[in-house]
Amino acid sequence: MTWAETFLTGWQAIRTHVTRSLLTVLGILIGIAAVILTVGLGLGTQQDVSAQISSLGSNLLIVTPGSTTSSAGMRGGFGSATTLTVADSQAMASPVVAPDVDAVAAQRTSSQSLTAGDANWTTTLVGTTESWADVRSRTVLQGRFLTDEDETSQATNIVLGTETATELFGTTFAVGRTVTISGTEYTVVGVLASAGSSTEDNLDDTAIIPLSTMLNSIVGGTGRTAVSTVYVKATSTDTISAAQQQVTALLLNLHGITNADDADFTVSSQDALVDTATGVYQTLTVLLTGIAALSLLVGGIGVMNIMLVSVTERTREIGLRKALGAPPGAIRRQFLMEASILGLVGGIVGAALGIVAATVLPGLIGSSIVVSPVAVVGSIAVALAIGLVFGVYPAVRAARLAPIDALRSQ
Amino acid sequence: MSTGTLAEPVIELIGGRKTYQTGALSFEALRGVDLRVEAGEYVAVIGPSGSGKSTLMHVLGCLDVLTQGTYRLTGHDVGELDEVDLAMVRNTQIGFVFQQFHLLTSLSAVQNVELPLAYRGIGRAERRALAVEALERVGLGDRLENRPGQLSGGQQQRVAFARALVGDPAMILADEPTGNLDSTSTEEVLGLLDELHAAGRTILLITHEADVAARAARVVRVLDGLIQEDAR
Ligand SMILES: Nc1ncnc2c1ncn2[C@@H]1O[C@H](COP(=O)(O)OP(=O)(O)O)[C@@H](O)[C@H]1O
Ligand SMILES: [Mg+2]
Repeated sequence: MTWAETFLTGWQAIRTHVTRSLLTVLGILIGIAAVILTVGLGLGTQQDVSAQISSLGSNLLIVTPGSTTSSAGMRGGFGSATTLTVADSQAMASPVVAPDVDAVAAQRTSSQSLTAGDANWTTTLVGTTESWADVRSRTVLQGRFLTDEDETSQATNIVLGTETATELFGTTFAVGRTVTISGTEYTVVGVLASAGSSTEDNLDDTAIIPLSTMLNSIVGGTGRTAVSTVYVKATSTDTISAAQQQVTALLLNLHGITNADDADFTVSSQDALVDTATGVYQTLTVLLTGIAALSLLVGGIGVMNIMLVSVTERTREIGLRKALGAPPGAIRRQFLMEASILGLVGGIVGAALGIVAATVLPGLIGSSIVVSPVAVVGSIAVALAIGLVFGVYPAVRAARLAPIDALRSQ
Repeated sequence: MSTGTLAEPVIELIGGRKTYQTGALSFEALRGVDLRVEAGEYVAVIGPSGSGKSTLMHVLGCLDVLTQGTYRLTGHDVGELDEVDLAMVRNTQIGFVFQQFHLLTSLSAVQNVELPLAYRGIGRAERRALAVEALERVGLGDRLENRPGQLSGGQQQRVAFARALVGDPAMILADEPTGNLDSTSTEEVLGLLDELHAAGRTILLITHEADVAARAARVVRVLDGLIQEDAR
């Protein structure tokens, strides 16, 4: 018998028990669908996170106070939030000390309640300078962004995100209107163009005032020189790591630290942030895939079980085929083929189910699922292999049946 | 190879013994049987139920092996053969017909008849042509695509004969082929056996009915695992 004929014989045998065959492959089917979904969810989340981080701007370094290295347990009393200052950010902007730095924008954020007439809205209030728009790749929809003049004069001018403007005024045409924060009135000078909200961080729900105004009127007290984040834009993609070194060296120098391990600040690149964020999801994906693999194992045992039943049911058929001259190998191949077809069918139906779920689910759970062709082809191959492996024992049993006992049965 | 050489008998069984072992119990179903069948002979093996007829047929058909003794099929000692070779011998030398027909219900008549050829590795087109020819030979040329369930008992048994014939075997082994048939169908099948004999086939017919055995030129009477009488 040729392979094609063996396949047809197997297919015919499976078709005579459609319901049973489908129930048999259910375990494999669910397992494969689950693998495709979890891998897809992992990839999708990584993609979302990367997109979110790149939406911060391009060629960006992010300087934050405090250290990520464990040896830097010092200066505990001051609190990490005070170690990065306005002066630090101004030094970084120097083309002599840090030639590969294109622009620097320090910011201090605080959650504040904004009032306009009867409307009241709590948002992230950002104090920063003119360069912020360039560094974070943002443009204005209406009016203008903050200027150096606003900064030096500690102007009570404010720029709103589209969502904040809409919440306060019911429209994005807010230029010229007045917003009250902690009893001080601010004039709206501009509205930012929408950056498209990514799922977690709403880039359109924000309000921006001059850094000097923020530090002196809103923060005040001893913390008035500290900034929460400094965004540094490198001159190009190729100079990011050079800029990172220059910024690090400068800050170590300014803070009087000789050993880089003792740094009281962290300079991270977007790549590093993406890596950290996606690492978590990768671990999760591996875990979920492991659970899905268990389902595949259970599915495989189901295939073995039903193949053993099939061998028993068809003892007479096996005996007859042997009497007609089927060698043990042909019987073995026939049952192996049947088990493989079951695995393959489970794999294909499971993959189809996974793809359908991957198309429908994102709308319901709000995170992307990326169906990778590698995962689809790979899991179908795995399903086929499972059928094959778990079919070996039943097939060997069938091939070993003595023709005479087989013919006599029933 | 189809009918053996003139010098060699098709069947040569010498001192054949078969002991069945069921747990601690052992039962000797064949107790020293000598049998020689020449090419072209039509032999009926008759005996009461339980006398060892089927056991004899299984041994002669290479479905089972002797516990003791020698069996030569067309001159070749089959005691030496392994599973794979035995399968080949069954495929090329023997055509079986059983009391219960033993057709595969999911296959059409012509597909059933093709089976032995499929295991011989013969291509589709040739296989089908030979199967159609065999079915025409047994008078079922108009029932090629019918499944066994759509055929009468007599027709099913004729399909089984076509399947036994299609590989051009050295002999046809029929174990109570009329056991499940009414008198009309029995007459049909016996008529077919007569024709096959006339065409030079070697036939071994097993039965417990004297009038069925009477159709053969030679009647071997079996009792309690021994040959009682061999009448030509
Ligand atoms: N597989 C077996 N195990 C044990 N005893 C068997 C087996 N097959 C047949 N026998 C016994 O051998 C004897 C002959 O059986 P069988 O050849 O089938 O007789 P017949 O075909 O003449 O009716 C019977 O007594 C039967 O019970
Ligand atoms: Mg019998």
